[in-house]
Amino acid sequence: MKQSLNMLLRDWRAGELGVLAMALVVAVASITSVGFFADRVSRALVRDAHQLLGADLVLVSDHPWQAGVAEEISRRGLELARATTFISMAIKGENSQLAGIKAVTGNYPLRGRLRIAPAPNEPDAPAQAGPARGTVWIEERLVSALAAPVGSTLKLGNATLKVAAIITLEPERGANFFNIAPRLFMNVADVAATGLVQTGSRVSYHLYAAGARKPVAALEAWAKGQVGRGQRVDDLESGRPEVRGAIERAQRFLGLTALLAAILAGVAIALGTRRFVERHLDGCAVMRCYGATQGKLLALFGLEFVLLGIFSCAAGAAIGFVAQSFIAEILNGLLRADLPAASLLPALQGFLVGLVLLLGFALPPLVQLKNVPAARVIRREAGATRGGTIAVYAAGVGALSGLLIWQAGDLQMGVTVVGGFAVAVALFAVIAWSGLRFLSGSFFSRKIGKQNISLRYGLANLRRHARGNAVQVASLALGLTAVLLLTFTRNDLVDAWRRSSPPDAPNRFLLGVQPDQLAEVKAFFTSHGIPVPELDPMVRGRLTAVNGKKVSEADFTEERARRLVEREFNLSFAIWPPAHNVVSEGRWFAPGSQELSVEVGIAKTLGWKLGDELTFTVGGESFTARVSSLRKLRWDSMKVNFFVIGPESLIGRFPASYISAFRIEPGREAQMNELTARFPNLTLVDVGAAVRQAQGIVDQVISAVQVVFLFALGAGLLVLYSALVATEDERRREAAVMRVYGASRAQVTGSQRVEFLAMGLLAGVLATAGAAAIGQLLARRIFELDLPPSPGLWIAGPLSGVLLLSLNAWLSAHKVLSASPALTLRDSV
Amino acid sequence: MSDSSPKKTILSARGIGKTVKSGSSDLVILREIDLSVTAGDALAIVGASGSGKSTLLAILAGLDTPSAGTVQVDGADLFGLDEDARAELRGRSIGFVFQSFQLLPSLTALENVMLPLELAKDPQAEAKAREVLQRVGLADRLGHYPKHLSGGEQQRVALARAFSVRPKILFADEPTGSLDAESGVAVIALLFQLNREAGTTLVMVTHDEHLAQSCGRVIRLVAGRIAA
Repeated sequence: MKQSLNMLLRDWRAGELGVLAMALVVAVASITSVGFFADRVSRALVRDAHQLLGADLVLVSDHPWQAGVAEEISRRGLELARATTFISMAIKGENSQLAGIKAVTGNYPLRGRLRIAPAPNEPDAPAQAGPARGTVWIEERLVSALAAPVGSTLKLGNATLKVAAIITLEPERGANFFNIAPRLFMNVADVAATGLVQTGSRVSYHLYAAGARKPVAALEAWAKGQVGRGQRVDDLESGRPEVRGAIERAQRFLGLTALLAAILAGVAIALGTRRFVERHLDGCAVMRCYGATQGKLLALFGLEFVLLGIFSCAAGAAIGFVAQSFIAEILNGLLRADLPAASLLPALQGFLVGLVLLLGFALPPLVQLKNVPAARVIRREAGATRGGTIAVYAAGVGALSGLLIWQAGDLQMGVTVVGGFAVAVALFAVIAWSGLRFLSGSFFSRKIGKQNISLRYGLANLRRHARGNAVQVASLALGLTAVLLLTFTRNDLVDAWRRSSPPDAPNRFLLGVQPDQLAEVKAFFTSHGIPVPELDPMVRGRLTAVNGKKVSEADFTEERARRLVEREFNLSFAIWPPAHNVVSEGRWFAPGSQELSVEVGIAKTLGWKLGDELTFTVGGESFTARVSSLRKLRWDSMKVNFFVIGPESLIGRFPASYISAFRIEPGREAQMNELTARFPNLTLVDVGAAVRQAQGIVDQVISAVQVVFLFALGAGLLVLYSALVATEDERRREAAVMRVYGASRAQVTGSQRVEFLAMGLLAGVLATAGAAAIGQLLARRIFELDLPPSPGLWIAGPLSGVLLLSLNAWLSAHKVLSASPALTLRDSV
Repeated sequence: MSDSSPKKTILSARGIGKTVKSGSSDLVILREIDLSVTAGDALAIVGASGSGKSTLLAILAGLDTPSAGTVQVDGADLFGLDEDARAELRGRSIGFVFQSFQLLPSLTALENVMLPLELAKDPQAEAKAREVLQRVGLADRLGHYPKHLSGGEQQRVALARAFSVRPKILFADEPTGSLDAESGVAVIALLFQLNREAGTTLVMVTHDEHLAQSCGRVIRLVAGRIAA
């Protein structure tokens, strides 16, 4: 132990461990900071997503909640808020408009804030409390429909209430925006005075609960056991599929980054250890001469590395912790919320990953030290470095992969990334080797090498170092792949993601267009200079049987499944799949067939498979059809989506209404009022707030991910550095020998430049191909996005390889030429 | 010291042969070498380049294995032992001086000398190393790294390292081969002085006839055989 510690201190002092320790510190720092930060961000995201529910848990009932439930919430030490919602006419003089009334307690919402403005188009601000008694907050649309500005009064049932503010943002909005009329907020204590809520009224009673995670989970479990007919428990999982999608994707982005950083660190460590070993071969031979056994050497160096690992990992974890709090500080404004404290798990994971990285990637080369023949002291050629034992590397890579997959918390992504890198490394090495052989091949070098001596020596060097250079090119390509992936491909992915929830996403839903109104409604859009939106038919039907077996709520245990079965489905008919849908399994139905296409998620929830026969009842009439395809769709697209689509011959014979999603630019709200005035039976829903929220989440996540990417980028650069210095010693020696024998400076630098340029070009092209391929794989398999080919990448990739190696050639030449050849040669003896 | 004790054979080799594969044919480096060295003696092995003298030294020291024959060192059958046991024997009984010094570049002069003592878990490693460095005249160079020492100084550090463990046999491979004449003379003088003081047996490979004559006994290798 003491001897290993001494060796560690001596090697450290001699600068032998600097690169290695730095690789490890950067690795662990990036892994832990990514881990810490991802942990905190994902916890914040979950919490922020709860703001969209207005609470951590929402209990909804179509009749007043039994008294014990509210008490139970308070008894568990959780905050409690209430809301009562119903639809009613709001009246102002001659004007009247159906409004979605939400009567809330003063402390609503428990998570997130309502935002209000003093007048339409004025800047808004978060509300400190709900509306006071005797006042209402109304949506802008109600202001124009009723001509009821702030300060005026309106009638709601028997009560006269004063308009106190314009409501601009309701976090919970979007949970079910179908059939919602413009929003009107009032105090729950004023409901009785309106006389609107009576037996038989269609009213929803909401209980909101928020607090610490454990009691919330306990309450959820308890409440699920209590709910009766017409009652349900909403949590994040069941409440907002579009938000869940964004969070899942965010976690994948973050997890991917952590994976990348760790793998790159592994490569940097493997390269660093290789260099360490090469520099210690002579020392080990001397130690063998002086009686060190193989076991002793392995123990000494193994322990030295373990000590190095412990110190570096501790330093890395500490730096990671500081770095993440620093990032959190910078991002404070962007994140728009305080991040919860990080747990200690990422530190533990970082430490473990660091140690496994070090031992997994350093042990195979270290084992070579043990095998150094003592005779090397007399004949230097004895015991040159050989490639590491594949089995030992495989064990290290296996253990590391396990840890990484644990850290990423996503098996599919872990396997994709780790497997992708393994394949890339193997491919890179093979292609690099063949490429270098070709470039330095006799035909090529005879043709070109004749012209110039530097060129000839450079090409000869390529051939002579084919194996070492292939390893170096593969490592460089790997580092460069990561850097390209994290710069170009990342931007492309982020853009693709942003496009998937674009700023021009629809912000209005139009419901209830009757078939005989289609032409008129379209004409209205045309005459007002608004692009005519697509109008999709919608038929409401209830699921009654699956494969001939009657379906009831009681068949399902999952809350979401029970609710889906209880409700009416929105069915549609079409000839082709909607543009934003992708058939993931089976085949799209033929016109005239008895077949259906269903959404993947609902099929999973309800246990439907291809070939199942579903029976729906529409207005007392039933039809049965077979599931012939499953569709994937994007819930955060804000487009019209249907769970079930069939051929017109099957569904078109039932009474249908038409539905559309489209975008209205600000300032055209009056035209929308005109539309609803002209077609009073239509329902127009403003989903702009929900869209803005969804985009806010995406933007927030993108900012967080960008910062996290910097760390992986650091690890990628470290790989590049390690790969570049890997052969530095040898090149310096060679250059010194050339100079001793009279090579001019131009000849020395020229031949190195030729060698480096060829390697840079090869590494650049390989890295570009790698980044493009991995980007496509990630986009399609993991993120389910379309990634168009990037011409920028194909220009920048090879160019950066060439530039990087040119810079390295220049630096290397500078070093070689500034040191006296005698000194260089004496150092290397 | 050793003069008063009865002379015994400390190193003997019988029928040593070394053959290596070279392409499809075998290359014979050494054949039928027999020799023995009495404790405290100095033996020089001379010969032209490629005559096999360094290979013979490596085999006698247990650094390399022969294709045929046996070597006894201090009563132990060197090649009846496995590699680890040979390493222990080297640590216990053998010292080395190399043409290329073989100092560890990352260690100071003092640490280089301490290395074999530390490997032998000697609790007095530092004190002993300081003492022997003082004896080779490098007391003021303890903290210097090899690259900051002249060739002669580096070889003196190597000598200090070799003698720090008080070996029974010292193997020297062209110890002056990398030095200028003046430094070479000084190093050889020091080598013989330390050898006398410690009563160490010396086996030295050299192509320097004058230096060889300084040893009590000389054997000459020609094409892998001992010339008569």
